[in-house]
Amino acid sequence: MAALKLEGLSKRYGAVQVISELSLDVEDGEFLVFLGPSGCGKTSLLRMVAGLEEVSGGRILIGGRDVTQAAPGQRELAMVFQHYALYPHMTVRDNLAFGLRNVGLAESEIARRITESARMLELAALLDRKPGQLSGGQRQRVAIGRAVVKEPGLFLFDEPLSNLDAALRGRTRLELAQLHRRLGATMIFVTHDQLEAMTLATRIVVMNGGAIEQLATPAEVYRRPATRFVAGFIGTPGMNFITVRRLADEAGWAVLELPGGQVLRSQVRAASLPIEAQLSLGLRPEHLRPAADGPLRGSVELVEFLGERTLAHLKLADGSPLTITLNGEQPRPGATLTVAADLAEAHLFDASGRAHHAQSATAGQERQS
Amino acid sequence: MSVARTARSQGWTAWLPMLPPASAVGLRASRPANALFVLPFVCVYALLLLWPLAKGMLISLHDHDLLSNDSFYIGLDNYRQLASDEVFQQVMWNTLKFVALSTPVFVLLALGLALALNRPGRLGAWLRATFFAASVFSVTIVTLVWKLALMPERGLVAQLLAALGLPEVAWLSSDVLALPTVVLVTVWWIIGLPMILFLSALQQIPVDIYEAAALDNTSRWRTLTRITLPSLRRTIVLVAVIEMLRQFQVFPQIMLMTNGGPNNSTRPIVQFIYEQAFMQLSLGYATAASQLLLAVMLIGVSAQLWLEREGRVQR
Repeated sequence: MAALKLEGLSKRYGAVQVISELSLDVEDGEFLVFLGPSGCGKTSLLRMVAGLEEVSGGRILIGGRDVTQAAPGQRELAMVFQHYALYPHMTVRDNLAFGLRNVGLAESEIARRITESARMLELAALLDRKPGQLSGGQRQRVAIGRAVVKEPGLFLFDEPLSNLDAALRGRTRLELAQLHRRLGATMIFVTHDQLEAMTLATRIVVMNGGAIEQLATPAEVYRRPATRFVAGFIGTPGMNFITVRRLADEAGWAVLELPGGQVLRSQVRAASLPIEAQLSLGLRPEHLRPAADGPLRGSVELVEFLGERTLAHLKLADGSPLTITLNGEQPRPGATLTVAADLAEAHLFDASGRAHHAQSATAGQERQS
Repeated sequence: MSVARTARSQGWTAWLPMLPPASAVGLRASRPANALFVLPFVCVYALLLLWPLAKGMLISLHDHDLLSNDSFYIGLDNYRQLASDEVFQQVMWNTLKFVALSTPVFVLLALGLALALNRPGRLGAWLRATFFAASVFSVTIVTLVWKLALMPERGLVAQLLAALGLPEVAWLSSDVLALPTVVLVTVWWIIGLPMILFLSALQQIPVDIYEAAALDNTSRWRTLTRITLPSLRRTIVLVAVIEMLRQFQVFPQIMLMTNGGPNNSTRPIVQFIYEQAFMQLSLGYATAASQLLLAVMLIGVSAQLWLEREGRVQR
């Protein structure tokens, strides 16, 4: 078992700093997901761990051993590539065996491992075929099999599901989760798909601009986003942000004036907030509901029926958009709707983007942990 | 469909057979009129390739004098005469030797250069351009340069050897060395194309396969033999076939450097054909030799492709 430790890791391409001073501890047996938009440095980070990308500064330790300068093959890890990277002229069996033969493993042991992983990944019928004769999903399983036979302590996955169609992606996601449970190995998974991150990860590293925005469990990332970026990036549809003006505090709680002039007493402790007049109020669509006495008022622009729920996209008086989740009701576009918010689930973001959570949400989180 | 039928019954396509109605969308049933689309190509192909080929075969069965244009049918006499012609046997042997010496060198050297120069940076680009540049020169310039360099006593090579205290070598005047020397010059001249073919094939290999190999603990040697070379197999065959076809037709550089000598030791088959046709003016005899060259080339290329396919089946 190998735990991974990154210490002040940096990556520069010429004058461009892609990752700066990033530190991270990965526990044994963890399924850690790097999540972020394109260009946030998550793939560069994974490739540095694999040894495929030179490190500009800092150290990488796997199982306590400093591997910063070690060759990729010397790091005792296996990687599954986005485009599979199977050897096209070798059969599936040879693809699996190649790395094992390179380190001089006995043929009997190689055969045992191939049989076992072929059974686990349902590859037995494909062993004598070449990659060109396989479908995308089958190739992906072979790529995973090639990693599994090496029996590494650390698995790296570089967006391995992005080339599969939606149905297969869902299935492979489940298979990966099962594989992780069965092998108990440490896995690091890079993706820009929040659904993959939320379902697979024991912890998520949300990255933006080469830095870690938040490192937490999926539930915490969703319920207590550390920054406005995380709040906006996680969740479909995304969190609503309403610009509010801060008024005089009331009994220690921050009081806010909404764009329409309505005044709202938040459940965020005033003491934790910086002295700023302008704040951003974050509300997830599922924490908003139509209510006759609601403080928010807007006209319905568009209604999306999604089956188990309906989304209504509103336009507030000041023109800012607001998305709410409805159960049952189907307002017509053009109608005016008043909306109430569940303030226990509301967040305030200051100018630097830092989040300040409602007290009850904090309490809920504390109960959980 | 109805419009088409009306047109067909009245117009110039009236002679076409009536076809069952086809779907209005998608592919229609094939019909003779479709042949009109390929006709222009077939015409040019027939005129420039099939006709001369057939005409050549026909001429090879005649005693055809180019000066008087007299032509007599003599059956296979030209071929019988070629079989017993010692000069023809010699030129055939020379040509085979030339191909056997040059083709492997082209494949191996071009592959080696491509592997060495397949790298980013200015030095690689400069060297790639340099190796390719020679291919741009005309044969006259290349042979002139090399004849000067190989000139006895005063040539660059002779002076270098002398400076090193080595004996002089009769590069172009020795029966044994002349042909290999011409091979050397030919390789120097046109190594650029096969090198570029290999370079482009190398750049087609996805980088992530090499990364997977690095993670698989693959040594450099095994990466070359198990990843790179299998990925280049098609290009290796392509280069071998192209070079074989090109070198079977070797002529101008030999004509300019040795004119076939010494003692016919470098005279290639194309020079023989040229001399028979345009100096001896016996077109039938020259054409018969051309047919044999074509046959040898076809056998050679077929053998190569067959070997490649066998190899692939066994793998």
